[in-house]
Amino acid sequence: MSEPINVSMTVNGSRVSCGVEPRSTLADFLRQTLALTGTHTGCEMGVCGACLVVVDGRVVHSCLMFAVQAGGSVIETVEGLTERAAIADLQDAFHLRNALQCGFCTPGMLMTAYSLLSQPGIPTRDEIRDALSGNYCRCTGYEAIVDAIENVARDRDAASIAQTREEAGA
Amino acid sequence: MKARAFSYARPSTVMEALETFADAGEDASYVAGGQSLVPALALRLQAPQLLIDIAHIEALRGVELQGGWLRIGALTRHCEVLTDPLIARHAPLYHAAAPHVAHPAIRNRGTIGGSISHSDPASEFPAMTLAMGAELELVSRTGTRRVAADDFFIDLFQTAIEPGELLVAIHVPVIRPGHRWAFHEFARRRGDYALVGCGVLAEFSDGLIEQARIVFFSVGNTPLRARQAEQCLIGKRLDEAAVAAAQALVGGDLDPPEDEHVPPAMKRHLARVLLGRLLGQIMRQDS
Ligand SMILES: Cc1cc2nc3c(=O)[nH]c(=O)nc-3n(C[C@H](O)[C@H](O)[C@H](O)COP(=O)(O)OP(=O)(O)OC[C@H]3O[C@@H](n4cnc5c(N)ncnc54)[C@H](O)[C@@H]3O)c2cc1C
Ligand code: FES
Ligand code: FES
Repeated sequence: MSEPINVSMTVNGSRVSCGVEPRSTLADFLRQTLALTGTHTGCEMGVCGACLVVVDGRVVHSCLMFAVQAGGSVIETVEGLTERAAIADLQDAFHLRNALQCGFCTPGMLMTAYSLLSQPGIPTRDEIRDALSGNYCRCTGYEAIVDAIENVARDRDAASIAQTREEAGA
Repeated sequence: MKARAFSYARPSTVMEALETFADAGEDASYVAGGQSLVPALALRLQAPQLLIDIAHIEALRGVELQGGWLRIGALTRHCEVLTDPLIARHAPLYHAAAPHVAHPAIRNRGTIGGSISHSDPASEFPAMTLAMGAELELVSRTGTRRVAADDFFIDLFQTAIEPGELLVAIHVPVIRPGHRWAFHEFARRRGDYALVGCGVLAEFSDGLIEQARIVFFSVGNTPLRARQAEQCLIGKRLDEAAVAAAQALVGGDLDPPEDEHVPPAMKRHLARVLLGRLLGQIMRQDS
């Protein structure tokens, strides 16, 4: 029983195929086997949100999933989002607004913000707080995180309006 | 904490899943979204030898109208319950409850079938299953059966599902023109388990209440119907006096367990307030 099982998945655009013990969580697999340590583990029971990753287009907890369950899936970690500059504006805004101190919660915060801002429209502050309800931060008191996300939402919206105008004018 | 070692199977049909479970004896566990089971394994509250991943079984998916019933596949995720137009229209209490079920990332993986099978007494979907009078379609190696919600929730984390049996789908009788409903819960933060929650479904005919289902959760071992409060509304016009009468009875309908943070008297008080608000909402919808 419980011998390693061969699993294949796509992680940050690369095919990965290797043997995994069934009891290894996706978080441990990413951190220990693939050395992608941007995904953090805090509570390992779905409460703190430090371990969020994108699985098949949806943000989920990598501590609440075994790596074998992700066989065949497409995974993106905070490293992947960083490399393709999908969250560069969020990272800048977090930095500018001091939305991180120790930085332990930050990958999870960025994942939640990435997911929230991929929906159309500008979320209200209450909606941002609702979205962050599963992310713990022990340092900042959240206000700066909400500010940073709100600023990016506004900037992205303004940029998309400007682009629409430009296209209409061209 | 890490889960104890186990082996893993991923069947692609219901029959294959049932056979795999039977071959393993009772030391196997199905996993759907894993949002209740994985934390339980990590905390070593459970340590099955075999995990049977049912998340890839096509027959457990989909939402469709079948005559007067809405069939909701067990694997329908919480985030889909939130956005599915058929559920919003025909099983509105699930739609109303969904934003209160856990946090966005948990809703992205957790399934309605997993929530109902797990049957946490503080969970929203089991209670709304009872409030809408839904039926649960269960399958075992000997065949399929449908169990009414009123007979399904037996005790703490205990349902009519027999070991090895699978919940395939939830069948909800669709909302009819005379129906009115309302849902709300009190929780410390959005997404936390409720301190007290309630869903009401009432059927009106000529301005009078013909049927009422009032279901509370987080007040006992299972979701609970407030039978006396329901009874006192039947045949009445929903006005302030009727609301007050129902509120006066609801304390006696509930038997909240001792809880250091939220004592029974406080739960009864919150239940009365909640019922007043929900019936008030329905009263205003009606006029
Ligand atoms: C931090 C946190 C907060 C949460 N807050 C809430 C909340 O506020 N409200 C709420 O309702 N829930 C909450 N949940 C639980 C969440 O909703 C789960 O998704 C849900 O309870 C279980 O669904 P699942 O698909 O993940 O089931 P799993 O975890 O995969 O399974 C749960 C149990 O059901 C069995 N099972 C699953 N599917 C079937 C089936 N089709 N047939 C037979 N047996 C089956 C499994 O064997 C297991 O015993 C929370 C979870 C976490 C981690
Ligand atoms: S480590 Fe996954 S939620 Fe805390
Ligand atoms: S910055 Fe330290 S936990 Fe959030």
